[in-house]
Amino acid sequence: MSAAIRILVNDTEREAPGDISLAAALLNLGYASFRASVTGEGRGPVCGMGTCFECRVAVDGVSGRRACLEPVRDGMRVTLDA
Amino acid sequence: MPERGSRALSADIAIIGAGPAGIAAAVHAAGAGRSVVVLDAGPRPGGQIWRHRRREQLPRAARRWLERFDRSGAVLLPEASVVDAGAGTLLGAERHGRAVRVHAEAVVLATGAQELFLPFPGWTLPNVLGAGGAQALLKAGMDVRGKRIAVVGTGPLLLPVAAALSRAGANLRLVAEQAPAGRVLEFATSLWRTPGRLAQAAAYRAAFAGTRYRWGTWVTYVTQADGELHAAYTDGRSSWAEPVDLLCTASGLIPATELARHIGCVVEGGRVVVDDAQRTSVPQVYAAGEPTGNAGVDAALVEGAMAGLAAAGRESEARRFLAERDRHRRFADRTARAFRLREELRDRARPDTVVCRCEDVPLSALHPEWSARQAKLATRAGMGSCQGRVCGAALQHLFGMSADTVRVPVLPTPLGVLADLTDSMDDSQGAA
Repeated sequence: MSAAIRILVNDTEREAPGDISLAAALLNLGYASFRASVTGEGRGPVCGMGTCFECRVAVDGVSGRRACLEPVRDGMRVTLDA
Repeated sequence: MPERGSRALSADIAIIGAGPAGIAAAVHAAGAGRSVVVLDAGPRPGGQIWRHRRREQLPRAARRWLERFDRSGAVLLPEASVVDAGAGTLLGAERHGRAVRVHAEAVVLATGAQELFLPFPGWTLPNVLGAGGAQALLKAGMDVRGKRIAVVGTGPLLLPVAAALSRAGANLRLVAEQAPAGRVLEFATSLWRTPGRLAQAAAYRAAFAGTRYRWGTWVTYVTQADGELHAAYTDGRSSWAEPVDLLCTASGLIPATELARHIGCVVEGGRVVVDDAQRTSVPQVYAAGEPTGNAGVDAALVEGAMAGLAAAGRESEARRFLAERDRHRRFADRTARAFRLREELRDRARPDTVVCRCEDVPLSALHPEWSARQAKLATRAGMGSCQGRVCGAALQHLFGMSADTVRVPVLPTPLGVLADLTDSMDDSQGAA
């Protein structure tokens, strides 16, 4: 594991290893639901490879980023809509 | 914020996808003296099967191919999603919030495969995911130590995923193959011609030796109560439920053909049709690996080599691989027959089961006689972010619903990037 970095998840500071994907980091931190569906159901990662779009979150103010394709970066601001 | 402004590149050959097929194509095309650019959505070359954070974790054969790729002179554009392809060889991509346009003389589609996800009650709950998805997340750093996990579904993917999860410290509770014991045993017996495959299967099984492995068993529904998942299973005679932290489902793989269909390549039975030099029906567009039929990594390497050589004008060299390619295809056909999905899996979805996850369209809103286009217009099924990649394949499988045409961009794309791409593609076509 590489050195820990800090990310902000819904304005809370959390630590994650620096060499993993954002989806893996969020799951490891205990977030299973990443977004709310159009009828308000919680949804989390399904395909892990960018196809299903269920893991999308807002990263640094840009919505619709697929957490499974996004490497974690120090100082990243992540907003979960769930 | 995303940077604005577009970037343009040109190369003799553009390859879409840096998995085994794309890597083999790049190595052979660059080896024939052509300039090559490879675009991939991931951060590193390797595709899904050779996905890794540190290369030393990969099998030796994979490392060798990646080293050949490094030395080949091919230019890799990682984290680039191809969203448009005008006339087949003018590619539009999104990279880091910017538009990238690639102009090439020939294009190789090595877009890989995606998992088939079949709807059943509870399949949309968090912590219910694809077996390939679980493997990808594991490789990307997911921690499964101590988690109660079941791997259920079908096909050759079950064993390596179960083995990987077990080695990573998961509390693996059940591995269930839906195909009946007779079919699995018949298939296993047929592997005597390829003892390597049999030995590999045995090694995977040994990695989760303490876990129940059942044939003819499948998941019927999943419920969530007090934050805990319960999965219900059946073997057709008895049914039972167990708590799980993570349920991984494998329903098989399907070729990723969106770009090929958008370009206008002939696709039959879900596979891009290619000739004996990996040429598609569109001039200067080649396809290799999973898009031409799910046949695995060895087939992808052979087809990639053929496509790379043929795209570089060396068709007779490409054809030398033909017998090997067709041997892999016959094996893939046998595998598909052995692990074909049982009828009962179609009947799991209930009227209120969500079928289109992006738009939350329940089964009861869909008419089995519709085409995917009719379903989309009437219910928005397939209109969401995944653009029908999940529900379209499920509906095709469940009801034989014909696939809709592909719309551009083939992936959701920021408006600024689209505007830049539209401008630059128009300019270039105007100049031609």
